[in-house]
Amino acid sequence: MRLSRIGTAVVASTLAVGLAACGGGDDGGSSGEDVTLTYWASNQGTSLENDEEVLAPQLEKFTEETGIEVDLEVVPWSDLLNRILAATASGEGPDVLNIGNTWSASLQATGALTPFDDETMQTIGGADRFLAGSLSATGAPDQPPTAVPLYSLAYGLYYNKALFAEAGITEPPATWSEFIEVGKKLTNDRHWGLSIEGGSVTENIHHVFTFSQQQGGEFFDESGEPTFDTPENVAAIKQYIDLVQTDGIVNPSNAEYSDGTQALQDFASGKSAMLMWQAAAGSLAELGMNPDDIGVAPVPVLDPLPSGGKDVTSMVAGINLAVFDNSEHKEEALQFVEFMTSTETQTELNKTYGSLPSVEEAYSDEAFQTPAVETFRDILSNRAAPMPAVAEESQFETLIGTAVKNMLAEAVSGRPITEQAISEQLAAAQQQLGG
Amino acid sequence: MITANPAPEAGQKPDPGLLPGRARPARRRRRQWLPYLLLLPVLLAELLIHIIPMLVGVGMSFLQLTQFYIRNWTEAPSAGLNNYRFALQFDQASGKALLHSFWTTVVFTVIVLALSWGLAMMAAVWTQRAFRGRGLVRTAFLVPYALPVFASVITWSFMLQRDNGVVNHVLVEQLGLLDDRPFWLIGDNSFIALVVVEVWRLWPFAFLALTAGMSAIPSEQYEAAALDGAGVFRQIRWVTLPNLRSVNQVLLLVLFLWTFNEFTVPYTFFGKSAPEQANLISMHIYQNSFVTWNFGAGSAMSVLLLLFLLLVTTAYLFLTRRRRDA
Repeated sequence: MRLSRIGTAVVASTLAVGLAACGGGDDGGSSGEDVTLTYWASNQGTSLENDEEVLAPQLEKFTEETGIEVDLEVVPWSDLLNRILAATASGEGPDVLNIGNTWSASLQATGALTPFDDETMQTIGGADRFLAGSLSATGAPDQPPTAVPLYSLAYGLYYNKALFAEAGITEPPATWSEFIEVGKKLTNDRHWGLSIEGGSVTENIHHVFTFSQQQGGEFFDESGEPTFDTPENVAAIKQYIDLVQTDGIVNPSNAEYSDGTQALQDFASGKSAMLMWQAAAGSLAELGMNPDDIGVAPVPVLDPLPSGGKDVTSMVAGINLAVFDNSEHKEEALQFVEFMTSTETQTELNKTYGSLPSVEEAYSDEAFQTPAVETFRDILSNRAAPMPAVAEESQFETLIGTAVKNMLAEAVSGRPITEQAISEQLAAAQQQLGG
Repeated sequence: MITANPAPEAGQKPDPGLLPGRARPARRRRRQWLPYLLLLPVLLAELLIHIIPMLVGVGMSFLQLTQFYIRNWTEAPSAGLNNYRFALQFDQASGKALLHSFWTTVVFTVIVLALSWGLAMMAAVWTQRAFRGRGLVRTAFLVPYALPVFASVITWSFMLQRDNGVVNHVLVEQLGLLDDRPFWLIGDNSFIALVVVEVWRLWPFAFLALTAGMSAIPSEQYEAAALDGAGVFRQIRWVTLPNLRSVNQVLLLVLFLWTFNEFTVPYTFFGKSAPEQANLISMHIYQNSFVTWNFGAGSAMSVLLLLFLLLVTTAYLFLTRRRRDA
């Protein structure tokens, strides 16, 4: 009897997906009048409830304008990709959904998302409205995008002005060597120079990607073939791990930070003086940090740049909005996309979330005329690179991010990480990608 | 799930063949369809929930099922044995990782099984005889089993944080056993941490099963043993353990299978990527199918796991059956 228990949770859930696919069908298309769209929103606010509160007035407005009801579900980040995959396999999903913009190319490859060809793009107001940087992270370069940017984000270097003043530092560091120097000055028995989310796969890969761009590295060549194990990529990972290993400006405990809030909390409570983060101002204020103490600057860049190195300080971060191809109400879904990317809605939502609008026009609002927003807008327009737009992007993030997490853990356990070790890890990751 | 009555000894088992014989032949024929009819829903459910999905999983393991095909996975091209080759090429990173994770799981299972069973046995012996507050003690022992896994494991992960966790606070600051705060959630200690949490989660079930088994041992046997001058340990050795044999046979097998397949605890504890030292096989498979979107390779590894467990289970049942017959 117990033999039937043998299948792992994985088999069971994989197969549940398979079975659901056999189910097929839908509860039938409703008549055009009382359409209800299902909308999966990602978690942008401080909690799922907070997101519901923020989105509710906008959705009501949409219903008033169009008569289309929206059934909102805020999906936590830990579940979102799995939910999308299950929906893709079963064909049963939402009408409109949020995706992390780095998943764009991977999800595009599944064919589950409606492509925004020129004609479709026109129905939502045209591609020109959007920030060029953000639009570059909506799918593979040679195909019509399968999503449009909704909230735009970039990494910035947050610094604690009070701690900087205390140490007699007047300017945030602009180059990598200044950064390390300032970090060392700010590391004492009360606080550390920098805090990182070292156990987080995604944070790790985002930082390593940026540093690799600076080193002149690429993780995929132009034909989309992986090129993980290159001296540039090794140097980028070494640069990151050395923050803990040799520079000593990061608390070794950061290697186990993985829930996406711990490094932020350390910074907010003054346990660290700097933080590389996306749109942190709102969360920091909520954690009780004095807004006057929060400064933001671009992430430091290697100076001089190695040959081939790019002046990149962030990946293009953000959330995209997509229409599920199996939706029975595509027309209404596109109306909703248009509404969500309208200047008015963009202004309202991005103001609340502390992210950047994805449409140029929204920046005329005075809420986006602050130095911090201008810093980020400049990063996003001029100094950010999209993550590799290849179908294997998710695997790449997971494999390298996990390898970096494990190497950080080794480093803080007193086992030095050498270039040789990094190179081996990268080669292993590339082999696993091939499967 | 839990059988309160231990299986009757082989000798006492009533011969099932005798029972229908008492009914008159004509009536018997008319009634024959009834048991099958009653079994039908169970068979259908078993087929739907277990057998068919398992077969589908086996089928999937021969497909090149990546994100390009999950939308319409009937169109996925055949991979032949490539997924198995990918999993089993032990000179490559993918095969090495699987092998490493397999051995980690074997060691993990053996330790967890030994500790859970040992703890449960001690606790069950202690609470075998009535004393004041026994009900309370038993209830307290069962608490970990009754708590929702997610809540309790998350609490553990908070307690085991390096800087702010209560475990390090007690070990380093209060007891002064260690000079430096150790990591529990990453690195070498993550394996120990996972073992502790898993034992904490699992042993109450073993305790429950053993307690139920012991309650069926006639007290005369203990009295006779005591008269013969047997102390506590000899009573356990010669009265308790032999009486528990059939309970233990099932219990150990179930604990083995559960531990070997454990997914919820490590997943809640570490998130979607476990540290290398504590990368159990089910987590490894999860990473290979869900996280890297390679469902074919994930299925192939699941099938290999299934074959291994089937082999162990069959061998185990064969060996224990033989011993009993002898």
